[in-house]
Amino acid sequence: MSLVQIHSSNPKSRHATTTLFRIGTYIGLLLFFASLCPRLYEFFQSVAPSYLPLLLTFGLTTLSAIGWIASLYTGTTPGIKHNGTQTQGISSRGIGAWILGVLITAFYVYLYFYQDLTAAGFLPLFAPWIDIVDPLARLLANAPADQWFLYGSLYTSAILIMGIRMLYRYRHNRYHILRTLSVMFCQLGLAFLLPAFLRKLQQPEFYFTYFWPLKYDYLFPDSAHSLIQSGGVGVFMFFWGAVMALIATPVLTYFFGKRWYCSWVCGCGGLAETAGDPFRHLSSKSERAWILERWLIHSILVIIILITVLLWANEYAGRSLLGGWTYSAKSLYGLYIGAIFSGVIGVGFYPLLGSRVWCRFGCPMAAILGIFQRCFSRFRITVNGGQCISCGNCSTYCEMGIDVKAYAQRGENIVRASCVGCGVCAAVCPRGVLALENGPVKIGRFSGSDKGALRILKDSVLTRRIYEA
Amino acid sequence: MERLVIIGNGIAGITTALEVRARDPRVRITVISSESKYHYSRPALMYIFMGHLKFRDTMPYPPTFWEKKKIELVHGYVEEIDSSDQKVRLASGTAFSYDKLVLATGSKSNTFGWPGEDLTGVLGLYNLQDLEKLEQLVPNASSAVIVGGGLIGIELGEMLHSRGIHVTFLIRECSYWNSVLPDEESQMINHVIRAENMEIVPSSLLAEILPDSTGRVRAIVTEDGREISCQIVGLTPGVHPNKTLAQAASIPTHKGILVNQYLETRIPNIYACGDCAEIQNEVEGSSRVESIWYTGKFQGETLARNLTGERVTYDPGIFYNSAKFLDLEYQVYGTVQKQNPDDTHYYWCSKNGLHSLRLVERGGALIGVNLMGIRYRHRTCEEWIKQKLSVKEVLPLLGEANFDPEFSKRFEPEIVAAFAEELR
Repeated sequence: MSLVQIHSSNPKSRHATTTLFRIGTYIGLLLFFASLCPRLYEFFQSVAPSYLPLLLTFGLTTLSAIGWIASLYTGTTPGIKHNGTQTQGISSRGIGAWILGVLITAFYVYLYFYQDLTAAGFLPLFAPWIDIVDPLARLLANAPADQWFLYGSLYTSAILIMGIRMLYRYRHNRYHILRTLSVMFCQLGLAFLLPAFLRKLQQPEFYFTYFWPLKYDYLFPDSAHSLIQSGGVGVFMFFWGAVMALIATPVLTYFFGKRWYCSWVCGCGGLAETAGDPFRHLSSKSERAWILERWLIHSILVIIILITVLLWANEYAGRSLLGGWTYSAKSLYGLYIGAIFSGVIGVGFYPLLGSRVWCRFGCPMAAILGIFQRCFSRFRITVNGGQCISCGNCSTYCEMGIDVKAYAQRGENIVRASCVGCGVCAAVCPRGVLALENGPVKIGRFSGSDKGALRILKDSVLTRRIYEA
Repeated sequence: MERLVIIGNGIAGITTALEVRARDPRVRITVISSESKYHYSRPALMYIFMGHLKFRDTMPYPPTFWEKKKIELVHGYVEEIDSSDQKVRLASGTAFSYDKLVLATGSKSNTFGWPGEDLTGVLGLYNLQDLEKLEQLVPNASSAVIVGGGLIGIELGEMLHSRGIHVTFLIRECSYWNSVLPDEESQMINHVIRAENMEIVPSSLLAEILPDSTGRVRAIVTEDGREISCQIVGLTPGVHPNKTLAQAASIPTHKGILVNQYLETRIPNIYACGDCAEIQNEVEGSSRVESIWYTGKFQGETLARNLTGERVTYDPGIFYNSAKFLDLEYQVYGTVQKQNPDDTHYYWCSKNGLHSLRLVERGGALIGVNLMGIRYRHRTCEEWIKQKLSVKEVLPLLGEANFDPEFSKRFEPEIVAAFAEELR
């Protein structure tokens, strides 16, 4: 028998490499934060070429962090290793988690209210950071950087670095490798590089991976007008947004469940699945949380649909219908839902409430996808016979707070509106009891897995051929 | 029946309680356990220790569930059963009278009277208390010896390994769990153990555990005189029924608490199920003790039906079990015996040696499926065995049974080609 020999490199030298990369990461981060001190930054600017700060902060942090992650996983065997997840402070609401939560929250508050805050006399805190990414903005978009470009750069780095961590972590499982590569590509290519490139070409800013109602203004009359007026590319963008939101969404969800979007494409999901992975088990599994979830997410869906309809009605009535009221509804939604809920709470509270707070309680796109998934979809998580040992790994690591084992231990399939199909429940199950499947809607969708009704394999034909030969 | 008392809140006892409640909304149900108030998943013990889960994560039902189901939970140690008065008495002095009593007292770890087996640092892995002991030992330990392989041994090994403790398995057979698994699968486990830098000392028996000057474990000595230094000794050479309480109450026992096919003991109104029960088949003159999770569940179900007016014999159906050896998943359906001259084995193993499938045929019918590193559908395999399909008939259907995650490499074409060759 030939067996893959897993060479464990010398633990001591591995430890040294890990330490080296860790120091590199810390230095990069330290320089990044130190640059917030204006005097220091001005001095630095005066002596170095303009792209050097970018290399020393983003560059050094990203490369060292990737090296750190790689050295942590080298020499370990592929498989589920959640060792210490619930005992280490950063991933179990320890002091580190609180510090991180406060930092991210503060960052988001500053980001969304940057203009207001600086106008009110607060320091333009991000100015040096915006300066740091400026060479990159000029290179990619041929335009000066602003706070949103800074945000995009940070967001994309987080997905890439932590995406590589996911690739190492789940290297034994192709489903996770593919979906992680997919969110990394969608973020880097479609949500960062492409919009920058479009700006370079003087085209409208547009994100091809976000659709109404998550990106609510893509179907608002104002955006429609400005996109269509901007010419050929803009017209395509508007129709892309409309077709994806109104036609592709139900069709793809019918075939694959909401996962095609939430854990393969979406940027919010992308961040949750990569940077949020260490915190996924913190989601509340209580029934009260489930009730709150259903009320909140569907209310927000109703609100955004109403606002959209009102805006269009107002448009056709020559903007006379409700006067300024529709406008203020739109901006209030943008402030409370778009900024505070999805950003400040959604990401800022990762280390305390888990990685999918926004997706679970707020996102109107998730609400629509969820309704389709629950009522008209081939997707389900199948339970294999009577094999569940009720260990609780599936429920614990469900970022959406679904009590998966409550179904699994009764041998019932999991068909839940909120399930984003990340597949982690199936991966952490120590008895291989769960599988994500797309099967016939009518046969065994809710009852457990039975005879091969679901996945008739191509090789049945091949098999017969071998037989007859 | 007005009042049902169940001793033991493991999977067998709790299943009995829940299934009785589902059939009878009125009966008073009391479940007594000295281990913990709430039912938890015993196979998840290892994940608590490794930091994957917290204790509350391993509870199959939330604490509020029991009030809703009107099942009274008592955290206490039953000291005495008075079968003539139909009463159980706790160490605290509280007494509970019963109309029907269920003993679901589980197992105890086997020991064989080894010198030094009571030293600090020697333990089994069975309950929460063992986990506490282990937590105290780990900070002062750098190496451990696990005596006896098997399913609990590998769990304890993985637990200690996850905390950086060097693990050595001392096993009686020449290869891991070879008493149950065929040679090839057993060797596959040896490889995954060694790939993690753990050691296996095969064909060895424990002679003695040596203390240091403070009464802690210092080393073990094998029967052939080899000394291995360690601070922790895990004793996992299997378990045996916990029948202490039953014996004290003069309930007939042998290997376990003796029950008939209806799970009744010889004493009226007293029943037993799960690990602690030895089920006798009067017709065949045979008896068996089953100490796995799934059969505990089945026995609980059967007993609940018998307690609520039905009269059914225990039928475990087609055997199945599953486990995980470090990162290697294992499933078995039906009967896979190591050496039975009546059986024909069809065995396939992937090139990297981490995936295998074994089909066992007896009298032209499939009787067993053994899988390592591949997941198959439970119901599909069961159906093949029930319908007595031959291996030749099963081959074209293999792909339908596959339960591996999406996008996984499918081995069926290779397997079918290999077996078809053998069948020709």
